[in-house]
Amino acid sequence: MEHKNINLTLKVWKQKNGQSQGRFETYLVNDISTEMSFLEMFDVLNERLIKEGKEPIAFDHDCREGICGMCSMYINGRPHGPWEGTTTCQLHMRAFKDGETIVVEPWRANAFPVLKDLMVDRSSFDRIIQAGGFISVNTGNAVDANAMPVEKDKADASFAAAACIGCGACVAACKNSSAMLFLSAKVTHLALLPQGSPERKTRALNMIAQMDKEGFGACTNTGACEAVCPKEISITNIARLNQEYLYAGLTADK
Amino acid sequence: MLNSKTPAGPLDQKWTDYKGHVKLVNPANKRKLEVVIIGTGLAGASAAASLGELGYKVKAFCFQDSPRRAHSIAAQGGINAAKNYQNDGDSVFRLFYDTIKGGDYRARESNVHRLAEVSSNIIDQCVAQGVPFAREYGGLLSNRSFGGTQVQRTFYAAGQTGQQLLIGAYQALERQVALGNVEMYNRHEMLDVVVIDGKARGIIARDLVSGKLERHFGHAVLLCSGGYGNVFYLSTNAMGSNVTAAWKAHKKGAYFGNPCFTQIHPTCIPVSGDHQSKLTLMSESLRNDGRIWVPKKQGDNRKPGEIPEEERDYYLERRYPAFGNLVPRDVASRAAKERCDAGYGVGSSKQAVYLDYADAIKRYGHIEAGKQGMHEADEATVIRLGKEVVKEKYGNLFDMYEKITGENPYEVPMRIYPAVHYTMGGIWVDYELMTTVPGLYALGEANFSDHGANRLGASALMQGLADGYFIIPYTLGSYLSDDIRTASIPTTDPAFEAAEKAVQERIQTLMNIKGTQTVESFHKRLGRIMWDKCGMARNAEGLKQAIAEIQQLKKEFWSDVRIPGAIDEMNPELDKANRVADFIELGELMCIDALDRKESCGGHFREESQTEEGEAKRDDVNFAYVSAWEYKGEHQWQLHKEELEFEVAKPTQRSYK
Ligand SMILES: Cc1cc2nc3c(=O)[nH]c(=O)nc-3n(C[C@H](O)[C@H](O)[C@H](O)COP(=O)(O)OP(=O)(O)OC[C@H]3O[C@@H](n4cnc5c(N)ncnc54)[C@H](O)[C@@H]3O)c2cc1C
Ligand code: SF4
Ligand code: FES
Repeated sequence: MEHKNINLTLKVWKQKNGQSQGRFETYLVNDISTEMSFLEMFDVLNERLIKEGKEPIAFDHDCREGICGMCSMYINGRPHGPWEGTTTCQLHMRAFKDGETIVVEPWRANAFPVLKDLMVDRSSFDRIIQAGGFISVNTGNAVDANAMPVEKDKADASFAAAACIGCGACVAACKNSSAMLFLSAKVTHLALLPQGSPERKTRALNMIAQMDKEGFGACTNTGACEAVCPKEISITNIARLNQEYLYAGLTADK
Repeated sequence: MLNSKTPAGPLDQKWTDYKGHVKLVNPANKRKLEVVIIGTGLAGASAAASLGELGYKVKAFCFQDSPRRAHSIAAQGGINAAKNYQNDGDSVFRLFYDTIKGGDYRARESNVHRLAEVSSNIIDQCVAQGVPFAREYGGLLSNRSFGGTQVQRTFYAAGQTGQQLLIGAYQALERQVALGNVEMYNRHEMLDVVVIDGKARGIIARDLVSGKLERHFGHAVLLCSGGYGNVFYLSTNAMGSNVTAAWKAHKKGAYFGNPCFTQIHPTCIPVSGDHQSKLTLMSESLRNDGRIWVPKKQGDNRKPGEIPEEERDYYLERRYPAFGNLVPRDVASRAAKERCDAGYGVGSSKQAVYLDYADAIKRYGHIEAGKQGMHEADEATVIRLGKEVVKEKYGNLFDMYEKITGENPYEVPMRIYPAVHYTMGGIWVDYELMTTVPGLYALGEANFSDHGANRLGASALMQGLADGYFIIPYTLGSYLSDDIRTASIPTTDPAFEAAEKAVQERIQTLMNIKGTQTVESFHKRLGRIMWDKCGMARNAEGLKQAIAEIQQLKKEFWSDVRIPGAIDEMNPELDKANRVADFIELGELMCIDALDRKESCGGHFREESQTEEGEAKRDDVNFAYVSAWEYKGEHQWQLHKEELEFEVAKPTQRSYK
């Protein structure tokens, strides 16, 4: 693969902490190899800033393999940047042209308050899972794994939904800051498996109630979430969630 | 004297007997007992969930923003279990034997046998939790093979097995959080163990958002903090993976077991330049179907497609006909290094070999065409069908390769090179997973226990979950049953005061250095020393040099590091500095350990100890022991040996020919 070095202008959101006001700061970065990942470009910039006695830019990241869901940058108006089905950490500088200006912001949503610069607090997602995103089985209670066959189609569809990495890009992309894609992925993952069906009634109701409580918005089906999801979680999951919700509402015996 | 507390009796009865006789804690007492758990990877999350279910009061900590993001999430290929669903001759004994042999006879038999025994339960538990493992058309679970074995015992979820297993454990953990049995502390870093009257009684942790230090009491403390591969700077580990928790425990009295045992994984995407921040694994499962080769001619600059079949050297198939591309990792890595060092490497850096899918695509294409009744299918159709099959099996890995390199692996062979991946060494533990500090346990990759000198693929996930779901719930009771009368110790106790003060002072010292060099630059230099002198091949002279260089680096770090920002705020550079300072000390111990072990075994290759064919030569007469190092002060350690006895799996020279 051909590669070259490029020069860029970065406009990055800087914010000291959750209480303070933020603003954009402009940085010129030169000699960026197109072989670098987007975060490696930030590493290079941060090293320079520290040497110059300035504050580096704080951002979340860990696996840098597109699987932990930690990285979260809103790049040129799109969560995770221009490449489809890609997390920020997997985005590479080949995606940009020499001389380009790149604007980088944190996720913006009431339920994801900014902690510092590009880092936000996504613990609201954990609390949604606490509300019902599990199968209630204690350790040691399981029967033989092959005792309950699962149709391959269903298992595959369940797996596709379970691929969600909990990054929150769907929320960041949504004008209502709705968490419906995230939530529907979890409900689908569990509802499609026979193991998950005993709790179907309560799961959807409780998780949605928690979502509302956390301050996420309602879903108006704009599809922005699906378009930016790095794991290409399908919006059809939201339709399934609505069915589950309806089913639960109709049959709930509380 | 090191006491492994291995129960008496025949190997295959030990665990059953142990469980039958271990002391229990009654439910009312469990509610009064507090357990601190560091880490929420497979080991920590499964332990926290299981202990919470049992009724203990659990506090769990992780440095990421959610327990679901622990490094276990990145595991790709699969998890082993002796289910014998394929009826291909697998058994508990065979899994035990493969693991002992794969580890080059440097693991404790009793622990490994127990691991094989509980392996089946893990799969049952995960399926019950809703882990969507791959299935066959009949609805039953699918298996694949992995290196170092001749049976298909690996369960998987495409290339995202770790993710699916961790999400299962994470959901179980969050359920316990909702029930009030587990308190979760995200974005917290454990910075010391508190020891009172010789027992581990809590920790000092830093809230990474506010920068404040906190004290947490526990009747017992479980370290599930993962491996230390990042001592090499470049590795396949997540950026935040670190040795800090384990190192603090080590300095408080926990012996460190076999620190030099490092796994270098043969199939990773090669380094592309100085900016490289981490390396990406291409799962071992790819060696199931891919073929590894280099040109037969040195310095051959032709494109791979232009090199005809007869001019390719499938060196693993040539050297190891019985296992071919599926030899264990240490063997495959050294073979790649050997070819590249001899001038046969490919790509612009020449530090790479090819992993080629062309044959697999054709083979699968023919099978698929047959299944679909297209017996006359032309070449293009076969290839199209073959690519579809390969995509289903390995799609996410191929995509990842393309994103990183910009090359399409369905069309051109991947370039791969070995990279640091896993650390078999870790905190020494006895049969009950207790360290040499009473009440302090180590689980998962953080301990040294089950993989000897080389870990087989798909066995780390198995071990992490075995430790957390099925072992600690029993062994912890054995200790805590004597502790039911110990009331919670208030964190105003002088031991907590002193520990917090020491942590505070260290942070203050670091911040006050105000030097000129970045934390990152020190980490890179440490990594370079380790990779060059304590990496894939080691020798006495190089190791001695490395020790001197690391000691020098440590001096420089503590006099010239520059950490921006302040203490009482979110400060990722300070977090990194805390970790790198510990990595530097660990690096020295790893070299000391590698120097002591004059034999070659598993991933530890001493150039002085090899056969004429360049294979590792073990020395069972002098080195059939676990090295357990006791910290004695700066640059000083004392070696304790746990002699290994093999009653069942008698050591032989490992051969995969
Ligand atoms: C890319 C990759 C692929 C792999 N694929 C496979 C595979 O297919 N099969 C297999 O069996 N194995 C595989 N492995 C190995 C396996 O993933 C790991 O060994 C295993 O997941 C480790 O689990 P763990 O629970 O011990 O630790 P980890 O998952 O590393 O978790 C460590 C936890 O400790 C916390 N922590 C660490 N330090 C501190 C501190 N000071 N304070 C507070 N918290 C702390 C972290 O936040 C985290 O929660 C792979 C490894 C890599 C790198
Ligand atoms: S649904 Fe997609 S965008 Fe939303 S959290 Fe999951 S992976 Fe991220
Ligand atoms: S850093 Fe893990 S997904 Fe990007």
